[in-house]
Amino acid sequence: MNRENPYLPVPMRLEKNFVETSDRNIRTFTLSFLNQADEEAFRYLPGQFAEVFVPGKGESPFGMASSPTEPGRLKFSVNRAGVVTTALHELTEGASLGVRGPLGHPYPVEPFKGKNVVIIGGGFAFSTLRALTVYLLDRRADYGNITVVYGARSPGLLLYKEELAGWAQRDDLNLVTTVDRGEEGWTGRVGFVPAVTKEVAPPPDNTYAVICGPPVMIKFTLPVLREAGYPDERIIMNLEMRMKCGLGMCGRCNIGEKYVCKDGPVFTLAELGRLPNEF
Amino acid sequence: MKKVKKEDLAAFLDRLASTRTVYAPCRDGEGTVDFQRVTGAAEIADTYGNTRLSIKRLFLPQTETLFSYRNGEDGPVFDVPARPGPAVVFGLRPCDAKSLGMLDGVFANDQYTDPYFTGRRADTVLVGLGCVEPCSTCFCTSVGGGPFDPSGLDVLLSEVPGGYLAEARTEAGASLLGGVPLLDAGSDELAAAAAVKEEATRKADTLPLAGLKERLDGAFDHPVWAKIPEKCLDCGICTFLCPTCHCFDVCDEGTAVAGSRVRIWDSCLFPLYTLHASGHNPRPTGRERYRQRVMHKFRYFVDRLGCTACVGCGRCVVNCPVNLDIRQVVGMIRDQVEAGIRP
Repeated sequence: MNRENPYLPVPMRLEKNFVETSDRNIRTFTLSFLNQADEEAFRYLPGQFAEVFVPGKGESPFGMASSPTEPGRLKFSVNRAGVVTTALHELTEGASLGVRGPLGHPYPVEPFKGKNVVIIGGGFAFSTLRALTVYLLDRRADYGNITVVYGARSPGLLLYKEELAGWAQRDDLNLVTTVDRGEEGWTGRVGFVPAVTKEVAPPPDNTYAVICGPPVMIKFTLPVLREAGYPDERIIMNLEMRMKCGLGMCGRCNIGEKYVCKDGPVFTLAELGRLPNEF
Repeated sequence: MKKVKKEDLAAFLDRLASTRTVYAPCRDGEGTVDFQRVTGAAEIADTYGNTRLSIKRLFLPQTETLFSYRNGEDGPVFDVPARPGPAVVFGLRPCDAKSLGMLDGVFANDQYTDPYFTGRRADTVLVGLGCVEPCSTCFCTSVGGGPFDPSGLDVLLSEVPGGYLAEARTEAGASLLGGVPLLDAGSDELAAAAAVKEEATRKADTLPLAGLKERLDGAFDHPVWAKIPEKCLDCGICTFLCPTCHCFDVCDEGTAVAGSRVRIWDSCLFPLYTLHASGHNPRPTGRERYRQRVMHKFRYFVDRLGCTACVGCGRCVVNCPVNLDIRQVVGMIRDQVEAGIRP
């Protein structure tokens, strides 16, 4: 982040434009820094986001899908939705971009130390959860049991399929993938995230739950966690809101007196409980 | 207390405008008074209630280029416009000066500093003019200011027969006044000025705010929000004229090869303001949007920065096309909402 002028991006190069999903609507972009000094200054943790600048189109905020334990590259998994994301999808490898960040508060990976973590994700919201999972796995000894519940509408819409296959082989990670509708060749679970969570979530003692996904998934998963005995202080959410500056100045992303960009996007459920229900 | 004669002040402003950027209220052909860059005292409006547009546009312009870019073989190169440099604002009202102090807390928050706003603030000296005749729509006293509140100013001038009492509030203000011939004010002049101040201060105290914050703390889901904005057109004029409304949009103009990033004023009353790319909108109707405007001014801003984000200038009252009067809105909340607990 340029401390003198936080509106200025740093120049980046698009190394890889990879189609993640069978509907071709989500791609993962791998970016490299053009200047060594910018790379060293870009110190981040999972859960934070950055504004990606597509020259001629504008900038949009995306959570980092990469983990800081994967140096030299930033990854963003982006759903094609509007002007900037469509332009991003059409960029060829080698294109010049800008990135402004890191912005926002990360997942509380320090308090996670020595604790069990259950990561619950749905749809393309899994990007920052991928960053968190990689981070925890790369510092595996610091954490207790790790459970990942990841759901998508269909097998083709799961992100990071190769990586998931690798995680499935590990004995130090309990990965549960599930889809709403199975298809030929799918050998995993069929079912919604809340039901699967109820089945596989570890006991709440000494455990943090991290949840990110579409509103309907969150709505039905939170009661499952609460019923299982998870206190709101240990249920971690990552919020989405329309943003521009990312600095808590342009005004639009507030929930009550908090700005999602600078005071979030990561909040505990306890913190959200103290804010108006407007998101 | 010192005093400056009118003709001495005019001569000083003439000299000042030849060496520095000076903004002052000027009357245009249609009688509208707004801040303009002036080259001499003769251009400055002599009597006015308040300027139509607030002072914020001199520090947060309605459109402003943040940087330009050229996208070459070695990636994009960014170019930031030069800092505008030293300026003096003459003749702003204490309410507008107070609003800038509030915006300081917005543009230099606990994590980030906006160099454009803070740069202009640091480079600008504010010479304010107390309000002898507050307008019928003014309520600055009620929101913690006053027609002669010097707190946001470098110099406060208070009109007396033949000149102004001049009170320097900061070093920058004292240094500026060093260029003006100053006389000692007489005790009769001071007594007359004190009486004028007292009367004006009383006149601008028209809106009881006691208990409002406590009521808003428990009012998020109150039915009053469906009632209040029924006639609101979501036109946003109140937010554009408001000296403390600071919301902006950031957009790019140009091509993949070259262009610029600009920020422009935006408004929480516009539906697009919070619309997600997914189609979801956390504030889909006027009910949520108007609630946000009131809550931000009288609750959220108080929680974050310790003061109400309203200076009582009354511009929103004067210019609303459907006469949605913030004073009546506050009254409705006072009458219909019980003090409650958050959220």
